[in-house]
Amino acid sequence: MPLTHEEILRYSRHLLIPEVGLNGQEKLKAASALIIGTGGLGSPVSLYLAAAGVGRIGLVDYDSVDSSNLQRQIVHGSSTVGKLKVESARARLLDLNPGIQVDTYNVPFTAANALEIAAPYDILIDGTDNFPTRYLTNDVAVLLGKALVYGSIYRFDGQASVFDARRGPCYRCLFPEPPPPGLVPTCAEGGVLGILPGTIGTIQATEALKLILGIGDALIGRLLLYNALDMSFDFVNLRKNPACRICGENAEIKELVDYEAFCGVPGHDHETGTAGAEWDLVAPELARWLTGENPPLLLDVREPHELAISALPGALNIPLGALAARLSELDSAREMVVFCKAGTRSARALELLVSAGFQRVKNLRGGINAWAREVDLSLPVY
Amino acid sequence: MKTKILFFATLRDKTGTRATEVELAPGATLANLKEMLIAQFPALDAQLMQHCLAAINHEYRFDADEIPAAAEIAFFPPVSGG
Repeated sequence: MPLTHEEILRYSRHLLIPEVGLNGQEKLKAASALIIGTGGLGSPVSLYLAAAGVGRIGLVDYDSVDSSNLQRQIVHGSSTVGKLKVESARARLLDLNPGIQVDTYNVPFTAANALEIAAPYDILIDGTDNFPTRYLTNDVAVLLGKALVYGSIYRFDGQASVFDARRGPCYRCLFPEPPPPGLVPTCAEGGVLGILPGTIGTIQATEALKLILGIGDALIGRLLLYNALDMSFDFVNLRKNPACRICGENAEIKELVDYEAFCGVPGHDHETGTAGAEWDLVAPELARWLTGENPPLLLDVREPHELAISALPGALNIPLGALAARLSELDSAREMVVFCKAGTRSARALELLVSAGFQRVKNLRGGINAWAREVDLSLPVY
Repeated sequence: MKTKILFFATLRDKTGTRATEVELAPGATLANLKEMLIAQFPALDAQLMQHCLAAINHEYRFDADEIPAAAEIAFFPPVSGG
């Protein structure tokens, strides 16, 4: 695909590198990449691929921009809060580079639509925020015979690799089974350093560009492990798992499966905030109960540093991770309401309490954030 | 034989450390080491350890693999954020 004079000027700094040059820039113009997720990782990946002149970029996301996204999701802005993420990102990418094509898919990426959406693209890029969609994205790449540029983040730690089952291991070779629900916190629960997806996302964008240009050593068969606190970059040499269920010697997975059932969690990282209708209590109900004759004990299962953001007076704080070891501090005869930030950790705490014999427990649906929205408007939502 | 252990991501939060050293019997496997670490660090969940990726001297290895002398073992949990 020949470049116009305007494009030659725009990409001048690329054309000066012998490894890219005019020929490489034409390859970028002819290339296509599908970015699954327009969040923390999808932001830098899409911005840099657009700036680099990748001719066709697909964006998949069903979500809208929220102000709590902007600490890291830099493709969006304050002016696009409330707008669809794919539209917010598309406008920004076309402002950065009007010469490219940006396709948007405002749908959840699921087993029902994933193969069809991904088929036309040369490269897939994983910017998802949950295990079901990660396994789905991996399986789509293996079944379609495409390279998948992987990235994943938590607090200060990031991982990146290139999975290409034709030439090396896939995600399932490393992690054959997802962790049991609740063992690995999402960013919505555990938080993430805002710059971390920038570091990992720009590495993913670099790998995507190298694959398109056919230069350098791709991260195939190697897993990069980054820690921002240590400022350490470690590499692990990977190998194909002969027992891998989708790319091993006796691969049995020939089509997409039910990934939410496989992982036991929903395909998004929004907090559901519920422990099930019979266990839930809504904030206004709790407010009435607390002013009545027999108020319940309030059990706050958040981390101690979260109490500085918002707190309920008189609540006992036992972080979820310490609860199993501190059950003796609780009176099982007394009625109790468990809460956290948004109701996910407290739902897990409730499960633990019920299995330990506590019966008179309720979950504050939506957590202290729901309380802040519906009862005490002086408290912040975080 | 002395063996150096490195923890990453959530494993650091759970163990409260990024590195430790253990004494292993010759012929010990990764599975043996995992059992030992779970006993040593009560906050390490046995299920989570089963789902971690383990590397011996920067090479991805499986549970049945033996640990050589003077090895450095690293454990990486899956992370899901994006």
